[in-house]
Amino acid sequence: MRYAETGYNLEIDLTRGNIEKVETDPRDTELYLGGLGTNAKIIWDRVPPETDAFAPENVLIFSAGLLCGTPATSANRTIVTSISPQTKLFQYSMMGGFWAPELKLAGYDKVIMRGKAPNLVYIWINNDKVEIRDASHLQGKGAVETQELIKAELNEPKAQVAAIGLAGENRVFFASIEQARASCSRGGLGAVMGSKNVKAIAVRGTKDLYIAKPAELIGLINEVLEYTKWRNEHPIPNYMPILASLGSPQEMKHDDEKWHTENFSWGNSRTRRRGFWNQDIAEDWKKTMETMQGRLISCFNCPNKCGATLTPPGQPTYMMKCFTKLTYTMAAFSDLAFGLSIAQRATEYGIDGYSGPQVMAFGFELLEAGILSDADFAGMPEDNDGKFYWLLDRIVRREGIGDILADGTYWAAERIGKGAQAFAHNNIRKHEQLPLKLGTMDPIYYLLYCCNEKATVTQIEGNFPQAPFRTQEEKDAFVSDWFQCPSERIKEVVQKWSFKGEFAGPYYPTPEMCSEIVDWQERMHYVDDCVGICAGMSAFPLKPPYHLFNYPKIISAASGIEMDTDELVKITKRVRNLVRANNIIRGLRRVDEVPPEDHWNKRFPELEKELLDTYYKYKGWNNDGVPTKEFLHELNLDYVAEDFEKRGIYSETPSYELAAQKEKEV
Amino acid sequence: MGKKIVKIIKIDANKCNGCRACEVICAAFHATPKYSSVNPARSRIQMMRDPMRDIFVPVYAGELAKAECMGRNVYIMDGRQYDECSFCRSACPSRDLFKEPDSKLPLKCDMCEDDPPQEEPLCVKWCLEDALTYEEREEEVEDDVKSDEMEMGIKALVDKYGLDNVVDTMARMSEKG
Ligand code: SF4
Ligand code: SF4
Ligand code: SF4
Repeated sequence: MRYAETGYNLEIDLTRGNIEKVETDPRDTELYLGGLGTNAKIIWDRVPPETDAFAPENVLIFSAGLLCGTPATSANRTIVTSISPQTKLFQYSMMGGFWAPELKLAGYDKVIMRGKAPNLVYIWINNDKVEIRDASHLQGKGAVETQELIKAELNEPKAQVAAIGLAGENRVFFASIEQARASCSRGGLGAVMGSKNVKAIAVRGTKDLYIAKPAELIGLINEVLEYTKWRNEHPIPNYMPILASLGSPQEMKHDDEKWHTENFSWGNSRTRRRGFWNQDIAEDWKKTMETMQGRLISCFNCPNKCGATLTPPGQPTYMMKCFTKLTYTMAAFSDLAFGLSIAQRATEYGIDGYSGPQVMAFGFELLEAGILSDADFAGMPEDNDGKFYWLLDRIVRREGIGDILADGTYWAAERIGKGAQAFAHNNIRKHEQLPLKLGTMDPIYYLLYCCNEKATVTQIEGNFPQAPFRTQEEKDAFVSDWFQCPSERIKEVVQKWSFKGEFAGPYYPTPEMCSEIVDWQERMHYVDDCVGICAGMSAFPLKPPYHLFNYPKIISAASGIEMDTDELVKITKRVRNLVRANNIIRGLRRVDEVPPEDHWNKRFPELEKELLDTYYKYKGWNNDGVPTKEFLHELNLDYVAEDFEKRGIYSETPSYELAAQKEKEV
Repeated sequence: MGKKIVKIIKIDANKCNGCRACEVICAAFHATPKYSSVNPARSRIQMMRDPMRDIFVPVYAGELAKAECMGRNVYIMDGRQYDECSFCRSACPSRDLFKEPDSKLPLKCDMCEDDPPQEEPLCVKWCLEDALTYEEREEEVEDDVKSDEMEMGIKALVDKYGLDNVVDTMARMSEKG
């Protein structure tokens, strides 16, 4: 008998319309846990690096995490994995909501799709009955609308449906997959789904999921719940309110947007508007939120309420969470009412709320700079808000200039040429970043930005304060009950870390200390992404209910796999390096690990080099960022080392030397 | 005069965020052995949940209904129209709700009866939103109410099955202990 997991994957060959229920190897669970871990193994085994994201041979995996469907609080993540059309790298993107637990209860851990359906279809998983159904009547329908239509036609109000909108159907490189109040946004996995002609996957499950050590698990989860309650009543003092509690940043709850509107950049991630926030705006935006917001809502089995239902006047209801609240508003230099109402349309189209607005602002910048012409924008309305609606419509339909912009800022700039590349300035690995432009380089964030396999900082940061505390009392108080912190050295850093003087950035924390901190921050995300716990209860906030000390017990009680903290650390290293290996064979090297050039105003090239050198060594990678043979052996990943050798990766000239040579030639 | 404890779960539907934690813990608690499996379809509390219409109603499983009602009700409150039978607690032939998914046997909330007793019903404990709160109230009861009730019940059985059948069945049951 299998515990916590079902032990079965659904393998769907879309080309042939073949569906198989395949038993998985329990040994893989021991090695890679589940979710991201086992997904990385499947991609490694089945998708060679030459495979194009949109080729039928590419594989698209919808996976539940190992703990999804167990009583573990906030275990609800669906980890979608494939090759990204935008970065051309291994891409994983997670969504909360209700889909993953439902899949487990239907009797499966993953849905693995390959091939391409001859016409638009959706997949209906109802316990043992799985069908590929015609979806031609859903063509062009919104991602939210589709979920409702499918539930209605199946007469299954309790089914959970993940769907793409027009953007996914038209392979927009930043197309999302939407489900209930969550979405899988980053890296264009909605476009991969569209390329396979899959409009949606609906699932309903009413089977039992088994627990290995029931009494133990409930005891541990009751502790998680008690701590969650306590922690929500005790937000971190002297810290930004949206980040002081648990969950994703509490954007739906808090009205005070001084911090975001004045610290994040407007337009195409260009302009910081200090002094923007005032009483009138505060009142106006508060009123907008009050008029549109239905209620705050949660994901499956979670006591936090990071999302909200929103109904802009005259538009259908949709759901939102986190910073998408402001991305459209700020890209368009507009107000909250505009932002929330265009987001409704964008959510139906199914696009990433980070990339989408930036791509549009980028397009308008190119027009202003004369790189694109009025002819490219023929038919566009005059008013600012109207322009954005107009361009959004062109992009998701891939019409005219929209077709070029639909590839994201990097690829659009390559196609446009004429110096457009300089306007695609906010990317890492060709992928649009949060619109943040800051002063002095921050060594921890430097590493987080550089070495983030997902190229999305919120998916690697957390647990460690974003800035020093001001007074010694505040610092001491913070570490006094920081039992989640795995090392005394890290506590010491917080106690010393200051805004000025000997213990201030960028030289403090030192590269060694930064390595240890970042390694821990990232590790938490890898555990979450394997077991399907929301980062909002673990890797992201300070002092979360899940941490390296209760996680092994919880995983063990649920799954029956023997585990302690050391073993869990080892598994995360294995998964982390397997994910990286998938990118190494796709060409990722040190030269690709750079933050946007203008991310910080004051840079420190020598220190930055030292940071990366130190971190790579700490990680068991060579100086070009490739995991060493010895280290891979330690992680039972000899098959990866052998593959690297076969490909000649270990004997290559390092990427930074090639880059230096090239520079000399110019 | 005697006393009985009336157990009440108050449901503040406006506070409900639709997370279904109540379903998870109820299902786990009623697994054998306790907490050994999860299947919200077996839960004695079910969320009527439709965020798009702002409908969030936790409903508790009550008595089995042998036949469906002669008519059905649709409630409209604060401009929201709730589905047919939304607030009904019955496992009823007209729907799948409150039935074991395999055997289709009816489910009924037992207020988490346990030995030793739980401090409070578990769905209440797991609802950190306070959408569910628990109260106990003492009620005075006439001592003979019970026998009255019993007499009425037996009379209904006699009407239905005939006195002989009922007596035979009682005798058989008491033999089995
Ligand atoms: S913390 Fe927020 S985002 Fe995370 S599972 Fe809970 S409601 Fe969802
Ligand atoms: S646990 Fe509470 S908030 Fe969650 S669905 Fe149940 S009643 Fe609603
Ligand atoms: S009181 Fe107990 S039995 Fe009744 S619904 Fe709640 S958890 Fe289930």
